[in-house]
Amino acid sequence: MIGTGTTEAEAPAAYLGRYAQMLLIRLFEGEMHRLFLQGHIHGTTHLSSGQEAVPVGVCSALEPDDYVAGTYRGHGHALAKGADPEALAAEMLGRATGVCGGRAGSMNVIDVEHGLVGCFGIVGGSIAAATGAALSAARQGRVSAAFFGDGAANQGYFHEGLNFAKVLELPAVFVCENNFYGEFTPMAEVTAGGGIAARGAAYGLPARVVDGNDLWAVRAAALEAVENARSGAGPTLLECQTYRHYGHSKSDPASYRPKEEVDRWLARDPLVIARGRLLESELEERQVSAVEDETRERLERAIEAALEAPFPDPEDDAAREFRE
Amino acid sequence: MSELEFREAVRDAIAEEIERDPAVVFFGEDVAAAGGVFKATPELHERFGRERVFDTPISELALAGAAFGAAVTGLRPVIEIMFGDFMGLPMDSLVNQAAKYWYISNEQASVPLVVRSAVGAGGRFGAMHSQAHGTWFQGVPGLKIACPSSPADAKGLLKASIRDDNPVIFLEHKRLYSVKGPEPENELATLGRANVVRPGTDLTIVSIMRGVPDAVAAADRLAQHGIDPEVIDLRSLRPLDVETLLESVAKTNRLLAVEEGPRTGGWAAGVLGAVAEEALHDLDDAWTLTTAETPIPYSPSLEDSFLPDPDAIVASVTERLRISTAR
Repeated sequence: MIGTGTTEAEAPAAYLGRYAQMLLIRLFEGEMHRLFLQGHIHGTTHLSSGQEAVPVGVCSALEPDDYVAGTYRGHGHALAKGADPEALAAEMLGRATGVCGGRAGSMNVIDVEHGLVGCFGIVGGSIAAATGAALSAARQGRVSAAFFGDGAANQGYFHEGLNFAKVLELPAVFVCENNFYGEFTPMAEVTAGGGIAARGAAYGLPARVVDGNDLWAVRAAALEAVENARSGAGPTLLECQTYRHYGHSKSDPASYRPKEEVDRWLARDPLVIARGRLLESELEERQVSAVEDETRERLERAIEAALEAPFPDPEDDAAREFRE
Repeated sequence: MSELEFREAVRDAIAEEIERDPAVVFFGEDVAAAGGVFKATPELHERFGRERVFDTPISELALAGAAFGAAVTGLRPVIEIMFGDFMGLPMDSLVNQAAKYWYISNEQASVPLVVRSAVGAGGRFGAMHSQAHGTWFQGVPGLKIACPSSPADAKGLLKASIRDDNPVIFLEHKRLYSVKGPEPENELATLGRANVVRPGTDLTIVSIMRGVPDAVAAADRLAQHGIDPEVIDLRSLRPLDVETLLESVAKTNRLLAVEEGPRTGGWAAGVLGAVAEEALHDLDDAWTLTTAETPIPYSPSLEDSFLPDPDAIVASVTERLRISTAR
């Protein structure tokens, strides 16, 4: 029996911690937005505000040494898997103290210590990486999860990865964060057939559509998928339907999305849903507020420290092409 | 000393490393039950079981991507991408994921991965089953590219590749699989180190894979006409052992690079550039013998004419150096 599925882990207090993780991601993304506009973050960055319930729900069903592969919209994947917010912020800022020493940047974060195999800048790359990690995981008694967007469901990586994982019955969980837009294009315009979950069935994977803005729903679906994977029953596909609050990247104001659609999704903000549900339980407002304050302070300290960190010095950069 | 066939060298290298290290696994299309389309890996499946040696779907992107993911989480995969021509399909996994991981992760983890393929023309396989993909990957930092020319090197370089902590693209020339030669003197060959296979004084001929025995055959013929070439087997396209070439041209003052591929964007031109940059003062002459700038043809008459064989090497040298081969 795995520790995550116990009653204790379902207690309201446990969900308070998960809510705090979601809030941490939301606040982190807000800070990244601000720091980008102020010129501290370079190139581009892809924010995941609005999608927090998916990585937090899925990672809450995983053990710390299980594997996760994420996407270029991956700050939430990294934080949910346990990456240090200060090291992650420093990476975005290109500082020497970044989780990858400033060499990776926003789209390619790797945090081996926390089981984050990597975040991949190419659409669909996480699927093969997680499939491969599942080859190792099968021997190690671990599970491997891939996050990817709806756009990735049209890449070869998706079709080849699901088939490969099923043929070998690998302990993998494929988590599609369907935010209904592949970059600037509506998913429905470029995705044939009956939706993404339906494609899982074609490869013999159990597949389900999940309310990706409901932490409880994501966690329940993930627990089942992870248990199947760990018990040798093979991979699962979860299509978690959600919505990004920002545009695709920092150059995108997302003016292509109808206002009514945006309003409808904003009304289903995963943080608002989670907070409401916590207050319906035995938790009191002050308990929730206290955790929110703690999270805010934690992030403020992290950002401050990251901003004070030095840039890597090219003279000192002992970059080696190969491991000796 | 017993003779070793090139394809046996490949199989023995994999078998010995699977036996030696429990992290080594080997998978690809038709490599297990069928033993490989070039019969390079028979009986490994029976000997080591499905946990260590298994067949995969015809799915090069998943195959290479999964090998990458496995390599960064504790396994040491050896995979076969059947023909080098198929390497366009898994390119993202190899170039964007495997090659960059060690550097961009700030050296948190490396990618101990070997990608074997059969390459090269001369088998009448046509334009999409005859290419050598070494140069497609040569400009990618983080990848090693090994290209043996003999059974001994096939074994020593493959074993070294499997033990290496970095991703290695491993090229096996189709017209070498049935070649026999002596067993290796050392268990491991050094990746990235060229080899002087025929010492000489008047001209340095550098090549890889099938081009090496062809160059040696040409050199032996040229020696009968008063020119004694030194033949260097580069053995690796990345890292590139320029040092060994510099030592050789310091002695011979002439350099010919023989490449089974087009001159534009080829490794031969790169070698000439690297040598010229550092040792122009040593060079009296330097040139390449490469293929036409076309896809590889099918018809035997066209393909034979396309390839730089010993006759072509002899002709290139005698013409360039204005040597008469008349007796």
